[in-house]
Amino acid sequence: MNKVFKTYIIFSLTLLISALVCGVLAAWSFLYPENYKYILPFQQLRPFHVSSAVFWILTGATGSIFCFTAPLLKKKEEIFASIFMIIWMIAIVIVFICYSFGLYGGREYWEYPPAINIILLLGWLFMIRHYWLFWKVNTDRKSVYIWMWLTGIVFFLFTFIEQNLWNIDWFRATFLKEMTIQWKSNGSMVGAWNQMIYGTSVYLMVQISGNKEIATSKWAYGSYFLGLTNLIFNWGHHIYNIPTANWERTIAYSISMTEWIFVIGIIQNFKAKLFGDYKHKHLLPYRFLIAAEVWVSLNLLLALMMSIPAVNRYTHGTHITVAHAMGTTIGINTMLLMASFSFFTKNESYNGLTRFAFRLAQLSLFIFWTGLIVAGILKGYLLVEKQVSFNDSFAATLPWLRVVFYAGIALTISFLFIIRQLFKKVNYQNEDI
Amino acid sequence: MGTNNLPQEKINPIAAKGFRVWQQKNCQSCHQLYGLGGYMGPDLTNIMSDSLKGEPYARVFMTNGSAKMPNLSLSAEQINELTAFLKWVDKSGHSRVDKREVTKWGNYSMDN
Repeated sequence: MNKVFKTYIIFSLTLLISALVCGVLAAWSFLYPENYKYILPFQQLRPFHVSSAVFWILTGATGSIFCFTAPLLKKKEEIFASIFMIIWMIAIVIVFICYSFGLYGGREYWEYPPAINIILLLGWLFMIRHYWLFWKVNTDRKSVYIWMWLTGIVFFLFTFIEQNLWNIDWFRATFLKEMTIQWKSNGSMVGAWNQMIYGTSVYLMVQISGNKEIATSKWAYGSYFLGLTNLIFNWGHHIYNIPTANWERTIAYSISMTEWIFVIGIIQNFKAKLFGDYKHKHLLPYRFLIAAEVWVSLNLLLALMMSIPAVNRYTHGTHITVAHAMGTTIGINTMLLMASFSFFTKNESYNGLTRFAFRLAQLSLFIFWTGLIVAGILKGYLLVEKQVSFNDSFAATLPWLRVVFYAGIALTISFLFIIRQLFKKVNYQNEDI
Repeated sequence: MGTNNLPQEKINPIAAKGFRVWQQKNCQSCHQLYGLGGYMGPDLTNIMSDSLKGEPYARVFMTNGSAKMPNLSLSAEQINELTAFLKWVDKSGHSRVDKREVTKWGNYSMDN
């Protein structure tokens, strides 16, 4: 493990800690704004929380890809990935310095001054260069994860540029055009990082089971193409209630109904192939992969419901949207990245406190997720059906949001323990990871 | 009802400045436009045409904050620009989908 990569992995895990801790503080401020609006300002904590989560996913995904692609390259060829990692770490630190001083100017999820995006974009070009070098020396073109990583890396570039088009006046001439492009790019960008992370999960399944067929089966490719179709077309559910053309809703609605079914198929296929010694050899990564499978199923059900416009009319702009976001970023993305990190740092033992922390994480996330759904149903019903005031709907959801808050504390504690174990393992790594 | 065919008003220079103020003060952390944004405060898409609230109500909040909202120390000029921005947003459509716009397939039809 080279020094830059080791630093990058520690940095990535620190972002996860920041996302969790800032999330808890922001939730506290959300519950008691009257007392804490100046001490713990929600409008300042939320960007910290959201950007930490987004950058954790992106650094975790790219770190994993680097780890699994670098062995095919010569040492000196790792320079491009190292430059990418250094640029991104510097840019992300600048982002948080800006937040600390209350300097904003960006958009939802990317709220820092937009000039920083030029640095991030420049860094990403080095990540592309790294993958291109890997692509040239890698002779395996059959494994689907090679294509998933490629798709994720390339489409992140497209969607990141698209997400910044608002800086050009023409793209914000009318509000509907502005909002549509903004949410189209954000929706597709999630699809891009999902390609990187799901690619990594397929790679892990092959490594753990020793069965290459998992990455070359029809199921694997069916899943890949379905994910790609969703990436390109299924952004419409973000903007169902914006009065845009009806065909956008119809396409998004139709495609949503097929979402993620193939992913479950792949993981179930993996479970069936996993047997004997392999299961015990890599237990913690395996547990995380299986946990992600459960969360894929739960979030699939939620996503399917939310993708029906008639249901979305009630759920849009409520905590159900947050439940979906948390369920996917923590339940799916973070579980898969934890599997990846546990695998390549050889933090594989699943016993004692690790087992307790893992179980606590799953249980607290389930309570957290359910609490948000109940709060969302309540808010949607009160605002849409009963047409009560915003303040009354806010007050009605507070008991459930307190449950969410306490579950969030338990979730943070459990992950802190697992992250501590990973930190220890990373520090013991030598050059030959 | 549906606003799909409404002519969309192009942004004017004051509203454009207000859009920048919206971003620089990070209003989206707490408020939504068309249901997109934070949940601390209400959706502001149609706040300017709200018969019970409207511009005077919004201006009070922008000037003083509230029990939940901090005073963001906005200048009179920034408040005017934000007001122009929110009026421009308001004219783009309605953030609530009317029950009559839901089709039998569960989709929305916003043509009429």
